[in-house]
Amino acid sequence: MADRERGGGMRDPAPAIRLVGLEKRFPGTTDPAVSGLSLDIPRGAVVALIGPSGCGKTTTLRMINRLVEPSAGRVEVEGRDASTIDPIELRLGIGYVIQAVGLFPHRTIAENIAVVPRALGWQRERIAARVEELAALVGLERDQLGRFPDELSGGQQQRVGVARALAADPPILLMDEPFGAVDPVVRARLQQELLALQERLHKTIVLVTHDLDEALTVADRVALLDRGGRLAQFDTPDRLLREPAEPFVTEFLGADRSLRRLALRTVATLELEDGPVVRAGTSRAVARDVLAGFGGDWLGVVDDLRFAGWLPADRLVGEGSVGTAELSAPAALVGPDDTLRTAMDRIMTARTAVAIVIDAERFLGVVTLESIRRALAEGDPTVAR
Amino acid sequence: MSDANPILRWDYVVDQRAAILGAVLEHLQLTLLTVALGLIVASGLATLALRWTRLRPTISATTAALYTVPSVAFFALLVPSTGLSRATALIPLVAYTLVVLVSAILDGLDQVPASVEEAAVAIGLTTRRRVLTVRIPLALPVIINGLRVTSVTTVGLVTLAAIVGQGGLGRLILDGLRRAFWTPLTVGAILSIVLALALDAAFVALERRVTPWSAGRRTA
Repeated sequence: MADRERGGGMRDPAPAIRLVGLEKRFPGTTDPAVSGLSLDIPRGAVVALIGPSGCGKTTTLRMINRLVEPSAGRVEVEGRDASTIDPIELRLGIGYVIQAVGLFPHRTIAENIAVVPRALGWQRERIAARVEELAALVGLERDQLGRFPDELSGGQQQRVGVARALAADPPILLMDEPFGAVDPVVRARLQQELLALQERLHKTIVLVTHDLDEALTVADRVALLDRGGRLAQFDTPDRLLREPAEPFVTEFLGADRSLRRLALRTVATLELEDGPVVRAGTSRAVARDVLAGFGGDWLGVVDDLRFAGWLPADRLVGEGSVGTAELSAPAALVGPDDTLRTAMDRIMTARTAVAIVIDAERFLGVVTLESIRRALAEGDPTVAR
Repeated sequence: MSDANPILRWDYVVDQRAAILGAVLEHLQLTLLTVALGLIVASGLATLALRWTRLRPTISATTAALYTVPSVAFFALLVPSTGLSRATALIPLVAYTLVVLVSAILDGLDQVPASVEEAAVAIGLTTRRRVLTVRIPLALPVIINGLRVTSVTTVGLVTLAAIVGQGGLGRLILDGLRRAFWTPLTVGAILSIVLALALDAAFVALERRVTPWSAGRRTA
């Protein structure tokens, strides 16, 4: 979380990448692909470039490592004007991952990962050690290192692509639609792996995507580009969703902006309520009062800090105390790391009007629709991944 | 007469085995020399075509035109200037290899996937390194296939070089024809077929050896 805040500073004195009045016109076209783009990409941040097709997001990315030369303006990498750096030197110092992966089909996985260290003239032993380290880092099996790319699945190939980009430990990673070619399940897993990787590595990552969910999930800051490479808004995912800067942004984000915000916060960031929940052994009279005070048809029962189950209101009659034998199985459970979106889904599909928050069986409190609504209305909620 | 001149007389073969072996070796030598020189010239032409793309159609057209020159005529035309020398045999033989080899090299280099090329540039490989470690290795299957086709055709054409006093097994065939004695003719014909098949197999084996990555997905 601290990293995200650090990455979010607007006026970073030394951003890892600074785009200044960047413009690109391709020969034979009238409209610029990118025009007047200025952007500071803070060190250690994940920045997503997103926008409709033709917004120049890929062109912008490719200008950072001089695959495309700007027509005007400049790119600064680590404070140096990129146009003064030898392109080979520049690219060897910047990891690059593309959608089509582009692994060398005639080289084994280990050799593919070793390409950049080899080009940099590392010693054989150092390369071998680094390859093993990276394989473990991105989740490749050791026996896959001797295989050829064609023998691996698409998801595995993209892991190799990431390992190859990270091989020489570059401070900056450029990713062009890195997960665009894999199925949604694998994509979600690779996104989570990237986040986990970033927790450890703190790279500066610029990621081009056309997938809004991907941008919101992965990025600390999202740069939304309009056609012709005009920067419409550059903000944290939450602020982008909460305060769209202009109609184009609102339209691009779609009608379910608030629902998308729910996916950015975890249950742990809410102030949990006690809800219609009593301890086992509470008198039934008191339990009836608790349930009446809250409203609803179901009473939750906690036994020794553990959530034991639900008791329907119509069975909460008579005298004596609430036991655990008569309870329905625990339902509508969420964990602190689940998103508010998940919590809301549980509430909507449960009979109990609230979702129970448990952490390793321990009862923490309940989430209600009202608490979710309040969270969305808060001025500046802490952004969750 | 038919008994005196059968298709194959073993005693002749045994008697002449040194000469026959010599003819096979000469044939093989001339074939490999042709293919090797052809590869060198074709590489040069392919480099020109890659560096100056406008030259590519001209190079293709020229090599195709050379291929259309009838072989006997080609050999005969050179005799006044180069005599009955090895050069007289080699010049047409090498010329005939170019149409296949130049296009094999260019096609091989062309079929490197765009994503592989893009990645190679983007991660910072120099042009030289890209050509040597990515483009050429990936083009090898196509190039080796070109060499295979070329060497098999060359085995056949070398036979014809016998008319200019070269040509290994061709000389046996010519000898048989001149004397209406079938044994050398049969020996020459069969051994040139065997040689062609052997070279074909050798290049298939070579391709497998240098392209282990494609072993699993070979379709041809």
